[in-house]
Amino acid sequence: MIPAAFDYHRPASLADALSVLDELGWDAKLLAGGQSLIPAMRFRLAEPTAIVDLNGLAELERFEEADGYLHIGALVRHATIADSGLARERYPLLADAAAVIADPLVRNRGTVGGSLIHADPAGDWGSVMLAYRAELAVRRVDGDRIVPIDELFVTTFMTSLEPSELVTSVRIPAAGTGQGGAYEKLERKVGDFATVGVAAQIALAPDGTVGAVGIGLTAVGATNLRAAAAEQELLGSSADEAAIASAAARAAAESNPSADGRGSEEYKRDMVRVLTARALRRSVERARGTV
Amino acid sequence: MITGQELGGLGCSVKRKEDARFIRGQGKYVDDVQLPNMTYLHLVRSPFAHARIERIDTSAALEIPGVLAVITGEDLAKANLSWMPTLSHDQQMVLATGKVLFQGQEVAAVVGETRFAAADGAAAVRVDYEELPVLIDPHQALEPEAPILREDREEQTNHIFHWESGDREATDRIFSEADVTISQDMLYQRCHPAPIECCACVADWDATNEKMTIWMTSQAPHAHRTVFALVAGLPEHKIRIISPDVGGGFGNKVPVYPGYVCAAVASLTLGRPVKWTEDRTGNLSSTGFARDYHMRADLAATKEGEIRALRVKTLADHGAFNAAAQPSKFPAGLYNICTGSYDLENAFVEVDGVYTNKAPGGIAYRCSFRVTEAAYLIERAVDVLADELGMDAAELRRKNFIQPDQFPYETSLGWTYDSGDYEAALDRALEIVGYEDLLREQEEKRARGEIMGIGISSFTEIVGAGPGKTFDILGLEMFDSCEVRVHPTGKVLARIGVQTQGQGHETTFAQILAEELGIPVADITVEHGDTDTAPYGLGTYASRSTPVAGAATAIAARKIRDKAKKIAAHVMEVAEEDVEWKDYAFRVKGAPDRSVSMADVAFAAYTNTPQGVEAGLEAVNYYDPPNLTFPFGTYVCVVDVDKGTGEWKVRRFVAVDDCGTVINPMIVEGQIHGGLTEGFAISAMQLIDFDENGSIIGSNFMEYLLPTAVETPTWETDQTVTPSPHHPIGAKGVGESPCVGSPAAFVNAVVDALSPFGVRHIDMPITSYKVWKALREAGVAD
Amino acid sequence: MATTTSIAVTVNGTERSAQVEPRMLLVHFLRDELGLTGPHIGCDTSHCGACTILLNGVPIKSCTMFAVQADGQSITTVEGLTRNGDLHPVQDAFKEDHGLQCGYCTPGMMLAGAALLASNSDPSETEIRMAISGNLCRCTGYQNIVKAIQRASRAMAGNGAPERGKTEGGEA
Repeated sequence: MIPAAFDYHRPASLADALSVLDELGWDAKLLAGGQSLIPAMRFRLAEPTAIVDLNGLAELERFEEADGYLHIGALVRHATIADSGLARERYPLLADAAAVIADPLVRNRGTVGGSLIHADPAGDWGSVMLAYRAELAVRRVDGDRIVPIDELFVTTFMTSLEPSELVTSVRIPAAGTGQGGAYEKLERKVGDFATVGVAAQIALAPDGTVGAVGIGLTAVGATNLRAAAAEQELLGSSADEAAIASAAARAAAESNPSADGRGSEEYKRDMVRVLTARALRRSVERARGTV
Repeated sequence: MITGQELGGLGCSVKRKEDARFIRGQGKYVDDVQLPNMTYLHLVRSPFAHARIERIDTSAALEIPGVLAVITGEDLAKANLSWMPTLSHDQQMVLATGKVLFQGQEVAAVVGETRFAAADGAAAVRVDYEELPVLIDPHQALEPEAPILREDREEQTNHIFHWESGDREATDRIFSEADVTISQDMLYQRCHPAPIECCACVADWDATNEKMTIWMTSQAPHAHRTVFALVAGLPEHKIRIISPDVGGGFGNKVPVYPGYVCAAVASLTLGRPVKWTEDRTGNLSSTGFARDYHMRADLAATKEGEIRALRVKTLADHGAFNAAAQPSKFPAGLYNICTGSYDLENAFVEVDGVYTNKAPGGIAYRCSFRVTEAAYLIERAVDVLADELGMDAAELRRKNFIQPDQFPYETSLGWTYDSGDYEAALDRALEIVGYEDLLREQEEKRARGEIMGIGISSFTEIVGAGPGKTFDILGLEMFDSCEVRVHPTGKVLARIGVQTQGQGHETTFAQILAEELGIPVADITVEHGDTDTAPYGLGTYASRSTPVAGAATAIAARKIRDKAKKIAAHVMEVAEEDVEWKDYAFRVKGAPDRSVSMADVAFAAYTNTPQGVEAGLEAVNYYDPPNLTFPFGTYVCVVDVDKGTGEWKVRRFVAVDDCGTVINPMIVEGQIHGGLTEGFAISAMQLIDFDENGSIIGSNFMEYLLPTAVETPTWETDQTVTPSPHHPIGAKGVGESPCVGSPAAFVNAVVDALSPFGVRHIDMPITSYKVWKALREAGVAD
Repeated sequence: MATTTSIAVTVNGTERSAQVEPRMLLVHFLRDELGLTGPHIGCDTSHCGACTILLNGVPIKSCTMFAVQADGQSITTVEGLTRNGDLHPVQDAFKEDHGLQCGYCTPGMMLAGAALLASNSDPSETEIRMAISGNLCRCTGYQNIVKAIQRASRAMAGNGAPERGKTEGGEA
């Protein structure tokens, strides 16, 4: 399993990276953690003629709260989040998900940005970011823009970004009181992609009802999906068992899985239901714990 | 006086000698071999399961800088090497000519100066195919509209063999008059041993000396040397096979694969060393798979639970070539061991083998030639019968066990079991697991709507092939060997005909010698795997190393002792009949303080031999066992089921094994841990599947699932000891028992968990999805 | 021939420079170019972990990184676990507890274990099992590997510093 030959670029700065991208366009492939790209290249499923290695660009490595957001640099490794006290205490949905992506060695290398841009519907971060209603900070040679997560995924392995654009970081609203989230992933073994994954993030209003909710679904559609109807169902409710059950049923209905070796469409829909309920219950518990 | 403990003799948990290199990363595996002028070979494989090859265009590949040669089946045909014999009296393509018969089949070999050149060359080979109808379901193989796969055979049918064992009429008669009968279809799915090291070789043709040296991932280097001599026409003394450290085998490295042959041909052609390293995709899609047995088990019993007869009908999917790596005289190997641990009036087994568009194989994956299928079948069927009778599964087994005083026991299908005490193993396992408490807990949980299950498997294994009259590879009888040299200073070099793949032979065989010769383990070196130095042997698989080569080792040592006794008498100046071997030394009878050690005698053997005795102290033994050995045990598995997702988790697993005399308890326990883990993997996740086009699903570790440390249960092991009466040290072999015996325990546990919902059987691998389906069909939801 | 890039990598404490094709995987660089055959190759998809090495102290799979990416970085292979002839406690413990059989996954397992102990001196069994879950073993069933890492943890705690060179009951 030997990749095809390619030209290797290691820009010394973000500005350099942007100009290389601008010049090479579709011929270039960005290399972040490489944990999906390199295996694909070994199988020659991907044969990019040029690789732009982003590793070492410090601008892409920030992981901090500022200006009412948590900023997660595109090169932040899954393991950094899994091991982060900040994530565990204030962003449990992030910590939950980071701990179940691939395996611990892959997590030491794989990055949040790389995973999002890969746009694999079985990727875990897409659902998490949908639940958080994240935004991506995107740069190109001649400017920058903010891309809401709902506008990122076009279809499997395809995003709305231009080849000259580069995600520098992802931002999610800074944690506040009365918030909680959880990630539930059903996998056949450690290191497997999700059969189904569900990310939930909840903010309780002062009266204990659900003031805001985000639910993202993994591996049940062409992209990570927002369970919008389920969110609507839960919004304003008291997040009791009945509300959770009907939201979970909604999520199952709006998912769009396909059958494969992991199970039938019906099974996966039911897993969306079961896991959504479990994720919501844990989110509510966590949210109440901080009220 | 030295003790067995000090020597590191039988029963001691001696730390492994081989670990010194492994923990330093200094193991030497085939891909670690680096030679000057090395070239690299990359195989081109078929993307189709069944297709006519219209054209192979190698021109673009040959233009790539660094590509040295492209070999096709047509090239090999000129040397009469495009086909090679299999171990099951069939033939197999080395590189495809005419058509391809399974996805991943070897079509061409590209040799390059570097790995890059070889891979780029392989990518540039253009093959035009015309797709043919694909046959994947073995049940359709014999239907009139099924495509005939093997045009090379005289008989134009997909049927390979029909084999029967036992008395059909007498068995049918019992069924017709029985109080109770059950019938259960079950599939032992296609799976793959998937050792972490894939297959590899380095072929190095020395044109000056006309000698071919091949480093090869081989479980049977001598047999492979003979195969190379027969297939390639090279003189056997000019072939040297070296099987260095092997990164796991489990049966995968028994057959000869096309990559080896291509590398040898390329080296002969180029006059340079050629390295072929298989990738995982090639390993899983083209090398020896295991099982694919579509079985029906019928049991007849009295209403009191006395099992009277077993009837088995099986369809065996052998893939495109019958390359089952099994050396018995029987097409379905030892499958008729399927009466298991039970005393039956009669039994009848029939098996039909068929061709399909899948990879060849049918190798003995951590088992002896279909014993795994057999043990699973009977242990699963007994549980189905228990369910039918409403009887406790432990009780039903106990009631039907062959009793200790019945040994040697001849089964109705013709095997003679050497020794056993099945009830003792069952009792021990039930006691450790706390069976009564578990049954109570299960009852309470069921009342609360929680789902737990208890599964039992009381298996009997059959290992240690030969005898030579029953087993051979291309006529080579399945003996095995050991050659022992005691040096003048009392240090020992021993060489054995079997080949380790992690079993620790360098340690355990030294322990046998330590025990027999009274020489410390530290003073004994055991070598194997190099056909230029080791005595001829048939290799390591089927748990045959200890039963066969272990016996050869003990007997070779005893030959040394016989000669040494004469020398000892001479040294002590007494008559030979006044000398006895006792407490690890030669002693004068009645005056045990007058003694000489083996080391003393060794020195004398080279310096002071009595008249009429040859100098030196060496012996060799080729051992043809009088019978196989029959390890056994009882496993108990406890599982909890998540009724929301269908996930099942092993909460407890108790394994009581009886492998006769234990040489090294630490190593035996390690073997059991490993075998149980493979049994768990097979029951829970390992599956080589195909889509309707014959495309393999499970050709890499993304889809062919192997358990990690997180899924793998914690094993609780214990033992009983019932020595084999016919083995020189009473040992039976253990490597395979846990993989043979455990799948039924896992499946029985999950099925038991679901039995309140009318579930009687689920085929392996038992995925969460299958459990969920069974629960939903019964109306159970989270 | 294809263009090459020059790299300088600190491997087991020694700086090594080489010209490599960008597509050369780190594991092939270590094995074929530097002759460090401790890291093994067992799959094509980054699942088996036989090729595990430490990159700046962090365990990663060297089949899923290009050698050019290691330029300027520090790498430890199993060959670097032994220092001045003294074994790392994890190496001792693997032998002591029969944490290996065929030895093929062993370098990766030991490095994953050593990395865990470097950041968590007293891991629970669950933490150990998780830490080695990117490394597949077909021989041992993992149980004795877990035991060995626990033993190494105790040995390291006993000294307050990595205990080296201690062997029991056999030839190390």
